[in-house]
Amino acid sequence: MAEIEHYTLNFGPQHPAAHGVLRMILEMDGEVIERADPHIGLLHRGTEKLAEIKPYNQSIGYMDRLDYVSMMCNEHAYVLAIEKLLQIKVPKRAQYIRVMFAEVTRILNHLMWLGAHGLDVGAMTMFLYCFRDREPLMDAYEAVSGTRMHATYFRPGGVYRDLPDSMPQYDKSPWRNEKKLKSLNENRQGSLLDFLWDYTEIFPACVDEYEALLTENRIWKQRLVGIGVVSPERAFQLGMTGPMLRGSGVAWDLRKKQPYDCYAELDFDIPVGRNGDCYDRYLVRVEEMRQSNRIIRQCIEWLRENPGPVMVDDHKITPPKRADVRENMESLIHHFKHFTEGYCVPAGEAYAAVEHPKGEFGIYLLSDGANKPYRLKIRAPGFAHMAAMNEMAKGHMLADVVAIIGTMDVVFGEIDR
Amino acid sequence: MTRSISNLHKALENQFSEKLISVVNALNELTIEISVDDLLDVLKVLRDDDAFLFEQLVDIAGVDYLTYGLDEWSTNKASTVGFERGRKDKQASRWEKPRYAVVYHLLSVTLNQRVRVKVFVEQESMLVPSVVKLWSGANWFEREAFDLFGLLFNGHPDLRRLLTDYGFIGHPFRKDFPVIGELEMRYDEEQQQCIYEPVSIEERILVPRVIR
Repeated sequence: MAEIEHYTLNFGPQHPAAHGVLRMILEMDGEVIERADPHIGLLHRGTEKLAEIKPYNQSIGYMDRLDYVSMMCNEHAYVLAIEKLLQIKVPKRAQYIRVMFAEVTRILNHLMWLGAHGLDVGAMTMFLYCFRDREPLMDAYEAVSGTRMHATYFRPGGVYRDLPDSMPQYDKSPWRNEKKLKSLNENRQGSLLDFLWDYTEIFPACVDEYEALLTENRIWKQRLVGIGVVSPERAFQLGMTGPMLRGSGVAWDLRKKQPYDCYAELDFDIPVGRNGDCYDRYLVRVEEMRQSNRIIRQCIEWLRENPGPVMVDDHKITPPKRADVRENMESLIHHFKHFTEGYCVPAGEAYAAVEHPKGEFGIYLLSDGANKPYRLKIRAPGFAHMAAMNEMAKGHMLADVVAIIGTMDVVFGEIDR
Repeated sequence: MTRSISNLHKALENQFSEKLISVVNALNELTIEISVDDLLDVLKVLRDDDAFLFEQLVDIAGVDYLTYGLDEWSTNKASTVGFERGRKDKQASRWEKPRYAVVYHLLSVTLNQRVRVKVFVEQESMLVPSVVKLWSGANWFEREAFDLFGLLFNGHPDLRRLLTDYGFIGHPFRKDFPVIGELEMRYDEEQQQCIYEPVSIEERILVPRVIR
């Protein structure tokens, strides 16, 4: 009989299950993966290089575009790194707003992940449910920053502006009648905080709904249980963080262990998996959504009772109020300086990491005292996870590769940078 | 953090006394600088010794110090193009150490501590020992640093380009590599294929780099 050799299969770069532009060369023995060689970089934009030629504040928008499903978490790490170098302390209210939106972002990210992962594995309904529930959070983004996705809302020293007192309303249109219009605008009568509070009341029931569809679903379990198992030791070796590490049973969460902003004052739990397979990581992420919901509620309660500044009052770093600029000479100068030249950051180096929905997202900032970073290195969690692809996929079937890509929660904006 | 930075500082000095070129304790972060020759030994101890237990390699970053400390403000004459201020006549950098550095960020989950290890690389050889044997996760980080800076990791199992295009020439994150790149690509209707040409756009700096 003739020898049958391994054959190679080209997966992607334009494949719906690749979650972006991932090209993989799969060496296969029949339907079993022998070696997976991911080719990344198809979305490489050189964010780190671009940041070197821009004043600090102008790169905040680039951070949104790294992991474009968890925008504000990326900004969070970036502004924390700058604040560390500047050695400034952010007002409490700004910290709470940031944390609240970081958690809103976590829910957004996990919903996107759950929908896409479900779709990859064959659960079409999940996608529709998740996108339905993402919509109000996107509206919250829009209300606070003016954009649904790329918010550019965080600033070194706080946040761009305080939370709005009213929510944007749906307009009359030929496609919806009075009754529909009224029901759409019903929970938009109060402030943004009321709107979000309303959402947090409903959201746990939505999560129950997802779980009713998936958690005990026979097909879902057959596709995920025992697939892509990572032991805690290997997870450390491979640099895994976030749900990928917690799925393997390591209770490590930067929000608890190395708290930044006001996380130390909030009450929440860290879900941990047991077997380190795709199914456990699913459970971990679903529970994280519930915990995020809890954190958002605590933040809303605090924010309702504590008005105050949301930006550092040092106008060497933050722009002065618009009204002052018109009346006060010094404010005018500050304003001009801030928007033409930016601010200089003392020479030194800092690494700031946040518990991003995907894992540890870090910014290593090297400053030589200029108004632009000398070197900015982005530590993307997905990068380390993607690097483990070969090890995780080995010995699995081709269809499982799709489940493994899904469970890694990869987004190529951050991996390729 | 459970253990204070100063404890770790002391432990590091006791363990590696003569191997440490410098220890900087700033902004609640610890940075140690060691020589390339000691790298593997020191990292191995950092990973395995009970006082350190850095079981995770969080990140590897290449750094190019070519233009460190240079600004674009103090020039002899202003240029006529855009806002750019005569970037041609640059003063020489005052940087005295080797041009390239590799920065390792380590994390200990058990002891909840971090450390940053920095090595400077000789420009003639560009060689750094690979740490893939210590942490498998280093594989792609090193490939990335090779791709973007041209650092050669000795002992790496598969040192290929990672982020740049197939057939890319040069190392784009070096400071002497232009931000606009060197080649541009377009689809040529007549030849019915993609062709590469030298870039047609000019580099323009909108905000000068200032050090105050």
